[in-house]
Amino acid sequence: MTYIAKPRLHHPTLAKNRVGYTRRDYEGKISTLCAGCGHDSISAAIIQACWELDVEPHRVAKLSGIGCSSKTPDYFLGNSHGFNTVHGRMPSVLTGAYMANRELIYLGVSGDGDSASIGLSQFAHVMRRGVNMTYIVENNGVYGLTKGQFSATADKGSKSKRGQVNNDTPIDLAMLALVMGATFVGRGFSGDKTQLVPLIRSAMAHQGAAVIDVVSPCIAFNNHSGSTKSYDYVREHNEAVNRLDFLPTREQITVEYEPGEVTDVRQHDGSIVRLRKLHAEYDPTDRIGAMSYIQEHAARGEVVTGLLYVDPDACDLHRQLNTVDEALNALGAAELCPGSAALARINASLR
Amino acid sequence: MQKIEAVNDFVVKFANINGSGSASANELLARAVLRMGVPVSPRNIFPSNIQGLPTWFEVRVTEHGYLGRRGGVDLMVAMNPQTWDQDVREIDPGGYLFFDNTKTIPRSRLRSDIHVLGMPLTEICNGTYSDPKQRQLFRNIIYLGALAGLLGVDAAEIEKLFGEQYKGKEKLLDLNVQALHLGLDYARENFKPIGLSVERRDKVGDRIFVDGNSAAALGCIYGGAMVCAWYPITPSSSVAEAFQRYAEKLRIDPASGARRYAMVQAEDELASIGMVIGAGWNGARAFTATSGPGVSLMTEFIGLAYFAEIPAVVINVQRGGPSTGMPTRTQQADLLACAYASHGDTRHIMLFPEDPYECFEMSADALDLAERLQTPVFVMTDLDIGMNQRLCRPFAWDDQRQYDRGKVMSREDLDAGSEFGRYLDVDGDGIPYRTYPGTHPTKGGYFTRGSTKNAYAVYSEAGADYTYNMQRLRRKFETAKDLLPLPVLTASRYPARFAAIFYGSTSPAMHEALDALAEQGIYLNALRIRAFPFQNEIADFIAAHSKVFVLEQNFDGQLCTLLINEAGVNPASLIPVLHYDGTPITARFITHEIAERVSRLNVRPLREDRVA
Repeated sequence: MTYIAKPRLHHPTLAKNRVGYTRRDYEGKISTLCAGCGHDSISAAIIQACWELDVEPHRVAKLSGIGCSSKTPDYFLGNSHGFNTVHGRMPSVLTGAYMANRELIYLGVSGDGDSASIGLSQFAHVMRRGVNMTYIVENNGVYGLTKGQFSATADKGSKSKRGQVNNDTPIDLAMLALVMGATFVGRGFSGDKTQLVPLIRSAMAHQGAAVIDVVSPCIAFNNHSGSTKSYDYVREHNEAVNRLDFLPTREQITVEYEPGEVTDVRQHDGSIVRLRKLHAEYDPTDRIGAMSYIQEHAARGEVVTGLLYVDPDACDLHRQLNTVDEALNALGAAELCPGSAALARINASLR
Repeated sequence: MQKIEAVNDFVVKFANINGSGSASANELLARAVLRMGVPVSPRNIFPSNIQGLPTWFEVRVTEHGYLGRRGGVDLMVAMNPQTWDQDVREIDPGGYLFFDNTKTIPRSRLRSDIHVLGMPLTEICNGTYSDPKQRQLFRNIIYLGALAGLLGVDAAEIEKLFGEQYKGKEKLLDLNVQALHLGLDYARENFKPIGLSVERRDKVGDRIFVDGNSAAALGCIYGGAMVCAWYPITPSSSVAEAFQRYAEKLRIDPASGARRYAMVQAEDELASIGMVIGAGWNGARAFTATSGPGVSLMTEFIGLAYFAEIPAVVINVQRGGPSTGMPTRTQQADLLACAYASHGDTRHIMLFPEDPYECFEMSADALDLAERLQTPVFVMTDLDIGMNQRLCRPFAWDDQRQYDRGKVMSREDLDAGSEFGRYLDVDGDGIPYRTYPGTHPTKGGYFTRGSTKNAYAVYSEAGADYTYNMQRLRRKFETAKDLLPLPVLTASRYPARFAAIFYGSTSPAMHEALDALAEQGIYLNALRIRAFPFQNEIADFIAAHSKVFVLEQNFDGQLCTLLINEAGVNPASLIPVLHYDGTPITARFITHEIAERVSRLNVRPLREDRVA
């Protein structure tokens, strides 16, 4: 962690976005994570993505579970409401929050222990329900805060810092999200910000359950040789399927690309995710194709990254529940209470 | 032979096999009596099973309006060979046994001190219907007809009920009426009048007949619940189902047809309470309904909500424990689990409704209390109230009533320069101010955690910050006492040394027992506790009596423990009277237990001039 607080004073030349905020307005408290932690890079990517997206910081609600990753929401979007919930149970709290007010942007931050072990059930069910959120898993294959135990995403055969070999089959959260019906699935690497920022931007604009599995090496407990979640290993085995540009609705598309090189995916809100294909045969709108592609490469020890799947016609929980357009938490007694006349009729029906 | 004689005051018990459609038929008898202006109190005593296991249904006809369980059986309708011996044994001497005598029952399996009423039901069914399903279904209606004939229940009332039930299904209606008359005619031709009968009265008044779970759900509708998250568990599932049913009618935006509520059936109770807490954090009124095993799973979250000060309403329809324990039996055995739910030093608000009327009222109030106090609130009902239809006062709602949304700072408050410290005790009542997420671009945002924080919600592990918070939470708990419903006193006709304390579903049996004890010359002051934490009135009441019987439907005397722990009551002054076999407590049990203890306390029951 760093002990030197950045001055609150902003440099006058700092660029403002369309809603009048500088990048620094999206920062939070000083991180208390280890120097070099992948999670801090993800926080920086979230800050960058939110600034680029022109969202007002206070319109984002950030929720997390328990663990190193779940501490990070304190380190970005300092003016937003945050909630450090219960280990593995952030998805249910986020779901309830979203039910209460559909007008905010929901960002869930979790780790591999939080999501793949204790919270596997809630991880799966939140995807099924199509909660409109961006769910970021900061995945390092290890329990950091309790000092180095394997997590459920640790690869079979990988070694712990103390030399123990993991014999259990790993859980691939991106695969699981695909199976459970997430409508936006990405995988990133905390060491590749140019890939990660547009992924987060696209996910936040997506109107449905969006999940990004971000491999984020643990500098203290899982960055040694024999680990498959170390900076070196991931750099060597990273198989990016595409590069993203995220184009909000209002931006003119000016750059010309060669046909076949670029795919535009228009999302429900009109924004466009522009994909530059790195693998010609990869189609990110094909859920089943994505699953087999990921599994084939995983069998070769490769980590497939990029936008793995997007459903441009995603449906979210509120649409499925057919709730009113306004936030439920803004309704008053006039809308909620049927009144004494209706109660008299109910009484009459119970005689 | 002795013969029980009673008009409008007797207990009919049906012994059936579950899944045979018997409960609906038996309920018709209760409803028909009610339509004759005579109060009834039905109770379904059913197994955790869908088909094939023994199930019982009691109908108490009670002109006096004693709606608790009395104890004893005057007329047994024995339709289940599996439980025959037990059922026959249960009949009071001089009582009646109605049964299917298609096959001869050996004398050894009957009793000489009861009156037997045999009817060849199987033979009649087999002779009338060829479809086995119809044989089963109409068998219930045929015996209903016979019982109506025996007891003098007006068949026209049953026919009216059929008419309401089978509106638009005329063929079914005709078949049911036909079956009813088969039974009626048989009774008329073959039975002499028995000692039990129903006569028309006008004793029901404007009361309604409803189950507590529907009432609690309606209370949540009226109380403004916006979010419901739940997980199916007997005996609470019908709360959520009723909420959905009512909401589909009462919470639809007329212009768009969209819903003014959001409801999710969660994957488990961990998730259902998580959703309620997420919604409460985000400024919505939210509730869940569950039972003891669900509360166990929710416990970690409930502790977080206590410390993070998030409103949540949990309707706990109590049953026998543990997880696979007695899911279809009633108990009041979750008091301690709820009062202190979670690790760390936690305390929670509990409300104890006595009947469906209070289930409605307290569920609506709980939504106000949870937001005012920013904490979880338990509505502690049970299976006996929740899943049985009970006669009670009609629901009432004051249209002037506003929802109490508690201390919430708006954007305007923040702009006006009000100091915001999420966990700061500004008013001295222990209740801090909160903001909803998304309120203001630069002010009022905060990070929610358990207890590692200072009064401004900034991360802190400092001991002083922790103790400040704990002491404030205790002040808040004290504040709660003034907001909760007060206990209700039923004063004895004569000055009394002894008293009784009771709560929840024990209420109707207790009131009946108080009358019965008074007839024996035992006079008690009685206090019905309606909420936890306990107000000072409760400790004062106990101090004013030499001995206080505490009536509970659990084994450990959980309310006793709470009274000793939380109200500073002298343990020696409390005498627990505990009923814990899973069936609802009876008036006869209470009367007997208290009378016996009073005599053991070496006090001779006295007459009116010198009373116990």
